[in-house]
Amino acid sequence: MIAYRMTSPPLQRTPLNDVHRNAGAKMVDFGGWDMPVQYSGLIDEHNTVRNAVGLFDVSHMGEIEIRGPEAIKLADHVSTNAVTRLKQGQAQYSGLLYEHGGFVDDILVHKVADDSIFICVNASNQEKDFEHIRDANHFDCEVEFASPKYAQIAIQGPKALETAQRLTAIPLAPIRYYWFTDGEFAGVPARIARTGYTGEDGFEVYVAPENAVKVWNAIMDAGRPAGIKPCGLGARNTLRLESKMALYGHEIGPSISPLEADLAWIVKFDKGDFIGRDALLKQRDKGLTRRLAGFEMRGRGIGRDGYEVLLDGQPAGWVTSGSPGPTLNKNIGLCYLPVDRAKPGEKIEIVVRNQAVEAETVPTPFYRRPQ
Amino acid sequence: MNYPETYRYTKEHEWVSLSGDTAIIGITFHAQEELGDIVYVDLPKPGAQLEAGKSFGSVESVKAVSDIYAPLGGEVLEANDLLANAPEKLNEDPHGAAWLIKIRVADPAEFNNLLASSDYQKYVGAES
Repeated sequence: MIAYRMTSPPLQRTPLNDVHRNAGAKMVDFGGWDMPVQYSGLIDEHNTVRNAVGLFDVSHMGEIEIRGPEAIKLADHVSTNAVTRLKQGQAQYSGLLYEHGGFVDDILVHKVADDSIFICVNASNQEKDFEHIRDANHFDCEVEFASPKYAQIAIQGPKALETAQRLTAIPLAPIRYYWFTDGEFAGVPARIARTGYTGEDGFEVYVAPENAVKVWNAIMDAGRPAGIKPCGLGARNTLRLESKMALYGHEIGPSISPLEADLAWIVKFDKGDFIGRDALLKQRDKGLTRRLAGFEMRGRGIGRDGYEVLLDGQPAGWVTSGSPGPTLNKNIGLCYLPVDRAKPGEKIEIVVRNQAVEAETVPTPFYRRPQ
Repeated sequence: MNYPETYRYTKEHEWVSLSGDTAIIGITFHAQEELGDIVYVDLPKPGAQLEAGKSFGSVESVKAVSDIYAPLGGEVLEANDLLANAPEKLNEDPHGAAWLIKIRVADPAEFNNLLASSDYQKYVGAES
């Protein structure tokens, strides 16, 4: 045997790495990060989030801060949604686009103050996003790569509120979905946002990395009566897919526009100019050629990421994400189809290991939480 | 986890038990643990011919699909019906009730070329 030398850079670790390993989590290389993919089991974790409360370490996510008199102007210039319409303490889902209309990334923009914007971005895109925003900065403000300042922990599920409330004097119930507040949480300074990537109620809590273990353990203790469980990225993926939340590199990417990704709702053409606007207007006026659609498998099999989609026996698109949906007990997925066929009720086939398996397009999201 | 001494193992994480010229083939505890929650098991029908080292079926979990390779060549006698309706049994009892297929082995002597239990355990220990 040849002894291979490590040539790839060492994996990055979140401040909670030891906690995951000591708890027996199965770890994987996720975009250069050593992350837990599962603890007790993917389906068990998925169901725990739908029925009770689950805890996720998402400290690999990146943070970018914009500060200065024209912070909002810069954020509005680089993103598709209308930052000017955010109130202090409000967050919005948005797109960071290239001039040609494709995604640099999908992001969460938080308005901390009139002169302070906090953006949460995908782990694998954080350096690229920072450079993109910095290069577009012709405004009176500064852009900071803030990821090293934050760990992020997501508390998700119908019992997230009662769990989180045990750890702070701030009344959390009045914080509406996609709003946030800053204050003490588990005895440390935190940003507490009512956001998430699971389709359930819940909070994403940003704290200093040195406080992450303390906060994680406090949440695990506080959630014990509710049956809290630590969850991995495997469950995070099935949860977000059932709720039809996009994943960079799958539903969206540099060659895909928000209009194609069925994300027209995050594009505010009427807000004025922003990077990518001209390309999107052109695309809209010319008409789209493809659009994202949801499907359910009818035959036996799972249409997975990258599998070919057939219409009338001919190649017509590709699967962006596909998996069993544990809550639905169906095999579901998302795919790109020609725009005139990207509507519910179309019979399609998905090529699963050289066999065409029947599927049908369906309305999305696949899952909506009970109100 | 108990890896029976009487079984032989492969680096692709299958196990084999041999009795005369009949072998039972399954996947190891380690394999099911790596795969996670199993949702489909695709197996060949009786009469199918297996070639040693070639894929004869697949095991699909929520996360991913993996091929299963034939540790020995031979003819399929039976596929485990249990797994068609209860694939999750493969997570619960991979070395027992959730065996995959029974085959008539072409050359039973090849059995001894496979990994012994202690060697396999060393292999997966080193791998993780």
